[in-house]
Amino acid sequence: MALSFFMRKSSALRFRNLFNRSIAVLHNQHQIPHQSITSSSSSSLSRFLSSSSSSSMASSDSSFPVTVHNINPKVLKCEYAVRGEVVTIAQQLQEDLKAKPGTHPFDEIIYCNIGNPQSLGQLPITFFREVLALCDIPSVLEKPETPALFSSDAIERAWSIIDAIPGQATGAYSHSQGIKGLRDTIAKGIEARDGFPANPNDIFLTDGASPAVHMMMQLLLRSEKDGILCPIPQYPLYSASIALHGGSLVPYYLDEATGWGLEVKELKKQLEAAKKSGISVRALVVINPGNPTGQVLSEENQRDIVKFCKTEGLVLLADEVYQENVYVPEKKFHSFKKVARSLGFGDNDITLASFQSVSKGYYGECGKRGGYMEITGFSAEVREQIYKMASVNLCSNISGQILASLVMSPPKVGDESYELYRAERDGILSSLARRAKTLEEAFNKLEGVTCNKAEGAMYLFPQIKLPQKAIDAAKAAKTAPDNFYCRNLLHATGVVVVPGSGFGQVPGTWHFRCTILPQEEKIPAIVNRITEFHKKFMDQYRK
Amino acid sequence: MPPKPLDYESINENVKRSQYAVRGELYLRASELQKEGKKIIFTNVGNPHALGQKPLSFPRQVVALCQAPFLLDDPNVGLLFPADAIAKAKHYLSMTGGGLGAYSDSRGIPGVRKEVAEFIQRRDGYPSDPELIYLTDGASKGVMQILQTIIGGQGDGILVPVPQYPLYSATIALLGGSLVPYYLEETANWGLDVNELRQSVNQARYKGITVKAMVIINPGNPTGQCLSEANLREVLQFCFEENLVLLGDEVYQQNIYQDERPFVSAKKVLMDIGPPISKEVQLISFHTVSKGYWGECGQRGGYFEMTNISPETVDQIYKVASISLSPNVPAQIFMGLMVNPPKPGDISYDQFVRESKGILESLRRRARIMTDGFNSCRNVVCNFTEEAAKQAGKVPDVFYCLKLLEATGISTVPGSGFGQKEGVFHLRTTILPAEEDMPAIMDSFKKFNDEFMEQYEDHRGYSRM
Repeated sequence: MALSFFMRKSSALRFRNLFNRSIAVLHNQHQIPHQSITSSSSSSLSRFLSSSSSSSMASSDSSFPVTVHNINPKVLKCEYAVRGEVVTIAQQLQEDLKAKPGTHPFDEIIYCNIGNPQSLGQLPITFFREVLALCDIPSVLEKPETPALFSSDAIERAWSIIDAIPGQATGAYSHSQGIKGLRDTIAKGIEARDGFPANPNDIFLTDGASPAVHMMMQLLLRSEKDGILCPIPQYPLYSASIALHGGSLVPYYLDEATGWGLEVKELKKQLEAAKKSGISVRALVVINPGNPTGQVLSEENQRDIVKFCKTEGLVLLADEVYQENVYVPEKKFHSFKKVARSLGFGDNDITLASFQSVSKGYYGECGKRGGYMEITGFSAEVREQIYKMASVNLCSNISGQILASLVMSPPKVGDESYELYRAERDGILSSLARRAKTLEEAFNKLEGVTCNKAEGAMYLFPQIKLPQKAIDAAKAAKTAPDNFYCRNLLHATGVVVVPGSGFGQVPGTWHFRCTILPQEEKIPAIVNRITEFHKKFMDQYRK
Repeated sequence: MPPKPLDYESINENVKRSQYAVRGELYLRASELQKEGKKIIFTNVGNPHALGQKPLSFPRQVVALCQAPFLLDDPNVGLLFPADAIAKAKHYLSMTGGGLGAYSDSRGIPGVRKEVAEFIQRRDGYPSDPELIYLTDGASKGVMQILQTIIGGQGDGILVPVPQYPLYSATIALLGGSLVPYYLEETANWGLDVNELRQSVNQARYKGITVKAMVIINPGNPTGQCLSEANLREVLQFCFEENLVLLGDEVYQQNIYQDERPFVSAKKVLMDIGPPISKEVQLISFHTVSKGYWGECGQRGGYFEMTNISPETVDQIYKVASISLSPNVPAQIFMGLMVNPPKPGDISYDQFVRESKGILESLRRRARIMTDGFNSCRNVVCNFTEEAAKQAGKVPDVFYCLKLLEATGISTVPGSGFGQKEGVFHLRTTILPAEEDMPAIMDSFKKFNDEFMEQYEDHRGYSRM
């Protein structure tokens, strides 16, 4: 009996499908409005419930199995403003300029929305690129012509890397955590940096730091009852990843008035509030140096954070991708691992995942997708699960792995390439420091704008006190006030920045994030354009 | 003592449920034995370069030059690099916005996507839109992104072949979706039967699952079969009737070892069918630089092409791609080179053809050696591998595979890692070990198998065919 019911139901379903499909086809061909057989019980027919009266079925999403009405709701929910609306408009304007030069009050788009240094003229570190090129063509390592084109220490380093790869096969999938020899190098680099040992088996090389963050979110979030404490403002990878993995973001506010300070009492307050509302808070994200805020935490501050995580039983997720971008003499980068170990905290005291990347620093190799996470204080069974997740993607790209090992073990004093390396590195870092200062001062001169210093990272995050008239105009334009400002800025100057709402901000305040990455020669012109625009904007919308 | 913040009990159940045998128990045991000094032959994963296959010379030269563009200005560059490699490097560098070190467009470099579209057009005879082609860090990332878009929860089902490449089962589990299996028919050369599909879908629907997509792996992994055009038509018709998006994993399209049944893409067949089906059926096709005769697994280069996906949905897919900023740029260049290889008359053309043919012909020979070798073993029956780099014999799996590993150093993956009919056992091995090692490998396998069957046949009564 049950079987025949099943057969009848399934035939009925198929019949409905076929019938509706043929109606859909007729509709397509003859433009007649159609009545579809609907069933409230079967969601596979939901596409017909939402049929619009649009003339062409091809433009209506609703009759296909994958539509915005039935895709993963978490995908719909997540947002990522760094490449969001303002950027899309910018790309259109760029096409305009190509097709019809002179149609805008600027002759180039300047992308200050994204931390992508080499797209704006920053050059790569020569030694790193020499080694990577040699690893691509290892057969030349033995050729007599090679020293004519490559420095000897690059050749030597390439040899030691190739020898560390099983079968010398740079095109093979590696161990899912990354090539062991490269992890050894990175572990030594971590130890040299921190003064505390690092275990190569704690390291997972990934395609950039972002996939490692996703892995941790996947691991930690069981449902929307699980929360992750995130700074506001934050780099929107975190909010997006939490949304994609179905968890809850528990915000803690950085204090703009004290240079974007992180107060443990704010952490406590938000943690308690979350618990009261039934959220199980699993982890704390700290971005140090900060993005978009640029602050570098003091060691004391870091100690309090580590103790807080230990007491509250939170996993500490330490985003340290800007560790080599510190521009002020009074601050220094200290890794959370070092801080924890300095407190005498070991694997039984604190569970910590630290993220590093080849995309930032002075190397700026965003396009390579290289990075790693170092995980300490995780139980063996959990580590097994993390390994399993990593193995589904087999491994990260080998070239990125090699680069990560180079970043953590650059040329040393006495190496043939050391002088050039140092000159390139210091040139880039001092230039970044100068640009950070110049832009910060320029923003602070604008009416109604205050801008905290960028102690590190690659961004400025000025606050604009928008006049009510501007806020009303934004409302009329059906967009957030900071987005309204950024759009106007773009149309007037060609400069692309990201509205503060993309990062989070105290409600009622408005910000935008601007990178410090355009080449130094361009900065005065950019400053002039922004200053001119801002004056006109305020003239227009001042009360 | 405060509670440990993260223990096994409190992690995401989906992570625990997810399994990926290709680097699971057997592989870990093999790695242990290797550390102890035993010689291990890894045939567990399609990783040609790890077993001695050499990379093609030309692409490596081009990418090396792109990595170190200062070489292009060096008067000595011609000592190591042919002129066409130098020209190609300049061609790809001009497509980037700042060289290999800059994030590209989140969908991939527009110029490369255009080359991919042109390749698809040449292959299939139908136009392809570069805007609907996204480059990814390996085809696996693309598969994961698309499945993430489709799967909202347990109620969403994906039709997956059994046996399958366990990326699909692992990812569906991670995303909390439902895997709806359809069995390939081993006795019919691992063929696909539409009645079997229908049954699977109906069973799933009866359980309240909305079946949203169907995966085909063509050429097959682990099974190696090539779907016929007629079969593909049936599948597309089926997807049309049942309102499923077709996910066409075509990463082995270059690995064809027989001439009777060439590879035909799902897109081509879809377009051949014509409207309304060609305008209605949603299709996402995947390809990679990891397989074929390139075997550049470590680069992590792939793409997917979308057909009949609406702009709003494409926007959502773009949004998720943008969170990861961009696929790695060197691999994008490998992809460009793969779809746009040296042409007759190019300086590097002869060497490129020689190297490619050499690899393909060797793969074909190795497929034959291993098939014949397995078939001559007791209780092992093997369909001849038409293409792809995998084999399936019929033996009890994990137990057998571990014994095999310990006795011979041959590391395979038990069939249960891919799914199989109950009571029927398989192992998956690649055909990638070096040709000169093959006779010895097959001999040692045969010796082990004969001894194993001798020991266990009467007592355990394992099924045989």
